[in-house]
Amino acid sequence: MYKILAREELAPITKLMVIEAPEVARKAQPGQFVIVRIDEEGERIPLTIADFDRRAGTITIILQEVGKSTMQMGMLEVGDGFLSFTGPLGEPSKIENYGTVLCVGGGVGIAPLFPIACALREAGNYVISIIGARHKELLFWEEKMHSASDELIVCTDDGSYGRKALVTVPIRELLEQRDDVSRIWAIGPAIMMKFCSLTAQPFHVPIIVSLNSIMVDGTGMCGACRVEVGGRTRFVCVDGPEFDGRDVDWDQLLARQRIYLGEEKLAREKFEHECCSKHKSSGSAV
Amino acid sequence: MPETTKTKPKRPKPGAIPRQEMPRQAPEVRRANFNEVALGLTMEMAQLEAQRCLQCKKPLCITGCPVEVRIPEFILALSEGNMPEAVRLLKDKNNLPAICGRVCPQETQCEEVCVLSKKFEPVAIGRLERFVADWELAQGVEPPEPLPATGKRVAVIGAGPAGLTCAADLARCGHQVTLFESLHAPGGVLMYGIPEFRLPKRTVHAEVDYVKSLGVDLQLDAVVGKLYTLNELLGERGYDAAFLGTGAGLPRFMRIPGENYNGVYSANEFLTRVNLMKAYLFPEYDTPVKVGKRVAVIGGGNVAMDSARCALRLGWQRSLAEGNEPPEVTIVYRRSRVELPARLEEVENAEEEGVEFRLLTNPVEIYGNEQGWVRGMRCIRMELGEPDDSGRRRPIPIEGSEFDTEVDVVVVAIGTSPNPLVFTDAGGLERTRWGTVVADQETGRTTKQGVWAGGDIVTGAATVISAMGAGKRAAADIHRYLVGEEICE
Repeated sequence: MYKILAREELAPITKLMVIEAPEVARKAQPGQFVIVRIDEEGERIPLTIADFDRRAGTITIILQEVGKSTMQMGMLEVGDGFLSFTGPLGEPSKIENYGTVLCVGGGVGIAPLFPIACALREAGNYVISIIGARHKELLFWEEKMHSASDELIVCTDDGSYGRKALVTVPIRELLEQRDDVSRIWAIGPAIMMKFCSLTAQPFHVPIIVSLNSIMVDGTGMCGACRVEVGGRTRFVCVDGPEFDGRDVDWDQLLARQRIYLGEEKLAREKFEHECCSKHKSSGSAV
Repeated sequence: MPETTKTKPKRPKPGAIPRQEMPRQAPEVRRANFNEVALGLTMEMAQLEAQRCLQCKKPLCITGCPVEVRIPEFILALSEGNMPEAVRLLKDKNNLPAICGRVCPQETQCEEVCVLSKKFEPVAIGRLERFVADWELAQGVEPPEPLPATGKRVAVIGAGPAGLTCAADLARCGHQVTLFESLHAPGGVLMYGIPEFRLPKRTVHAEVDYVKSLGVDLQLDAVVGKLYTLNELLGERGYDAAFLGTGAGLPRFMRIPGENYNGVYSANEFLTRVNLMKAYLFPEYDTPVKVGKRVAVIGGGNVAMDSARCALRLGWQRSLAEGNEPPEVTIVYRRSRVELPARLEEVENAEEEGVEFRLLTNPVEIYGNEQGWVRGMRCIRMELGEPDDSGRRRPIPIEGSEFDTEVDVVVVAIGTSPNPLVFTDAGGLERTRWGTVVADQETGRTTKQGVWAGGDIVTGAATVISAMGAGKRAAADIHRYLVGEEICE
């Protein structure tokens, strides 16, 4: 079992967990991901690595409770654990000194962006970060991103915190103002990464995105995660997860992410129903 | 064989006893459940079948077996009612008999060369092997006494048929074996590929438990190439030798337009969801799979049959639960029936259950709707031309014969190739242009010092038993390499 050593609620539906996994931590690099499974009946869920500590032998993951499995994961406490924890998977981010880079994180995507921004800065880049979320409640790690960046812009879609803007607005402004931006990292929901890529397109700046496809094994075995990049079918799990967002067939990716919407809804309703009846029978207040 | 009857007067005349048929679930019952199709022989039937064996002085059946099971001897012990002895003789050469008894293509191996088959039907060796192995599992398995520890450490990579066999043989010789598995469950294709109704997972668990009882240390969730590399295992991790048995796990697609529409699966994904992740029990199990009303499975091998039969069961379960139309599941294969690479038994099983066969047909394009879901397929009719490199007649498209068919799920089962992940930081390991590892056929030695390989990673997709045979030969050679002796018997 892979034990949960620490747990933090970053937002009502966003949880951070520090997992004891010394062998995975030994090899983990920014940009990679793990696949976790909660219990015998559990599915294999890919999660990007938000942080790792080789000395302590831990991997930090951040999850957003959107479906049955992530809701169940969110209920795990310190001392509980995962039945499987496989990684580090995928290719690491290509960290070099590019000069000036933009690091853009949307919602839960701020988590995997953090180690990448740290590594880029350590490599000598001038790091300008933009983090955003729909609402201030969904925003986290402002402090950490601040420490990892030379400049930081914070925005929310509804203006409840920081600047009222989608992250694409400051991206466009920065690209218009400065001609020294040589690379962009943008991590977040697929729809956000799509529009960041479209924004960057006319400026001819490479924009690295981290794709969050549906996966099963995560080692190239099943092809569930496949998507066309530059006209070629690629496997996100082994060829990625990072690609140049300008080459990604976003509509295909977005469609493929919706394959199991019906099943996910069914599983979530069943789970919520079971949780409710459990609470009722034990007499505890929800 | 008058001589045989003379020396064993009790033995019945050859052919006097008919080959014992194994009871099976009826097609109209089994097509709607995932329980095992074949139910196994009774003791009475097994002993009757065992009496059919001629006990040849020079048994050809052994030469037909990739691991050279002592077939006549275990059958004799069975016919005499000495079950523990039958088990001992069977397991002397085969560590996983309950698996082999179910999935080996006996009709092209031991049973094909059975002397009885010249005039009558061959001895049902596979069924007897299964019977003896199941008898042992029901009794509780006694691991053999381990030999004194050699102090040598071997890393076996991949816990499929090749790796399990290699690990078991090396552990029996006293070596310290670590078996690395990338998935969360051991068994490889036995777990993710072959369905429950052909090979119950409890049988795989039991056989793996036996391998563990020999002292093999099983490391799950360990992706070699990522968590460790081959060079690390042989270097800082201090292993004296390594065996690569990671199979052929990379799916091949057809490279036709529309293959990325929702509802188009590789057979690997479809079967992994259904078998390893138990999607047929969704939502009790969390992993879903699309249940199609009109499913097309592309390919004609055992994997295609398994995919079609899984799709059929999923469809029937849903149709019975919801009172809808039964599913239509079709195998689409570009050659004719005689070229189908699947075992005849599996083709017949599929047909009995209601799988349709569209032969001499090849898909050329998959159509989707605006939401990105598959809705149809354009196929072209084929005819057979001159034999190709494989000796089979080459399928040639018939110009202008295209036609469209409606489908909502497509499973692509046209083959797999080795997964290159394991080759990260493994310099010196020569590979062919098909991505398979170059290894000596007899010993499994690769071009890299201290590294052996066997099974699908060397041959490309083949059978469970041929992988086991390769694992066994490699174990013997690794033992020779480590201690300079022939393998213990």
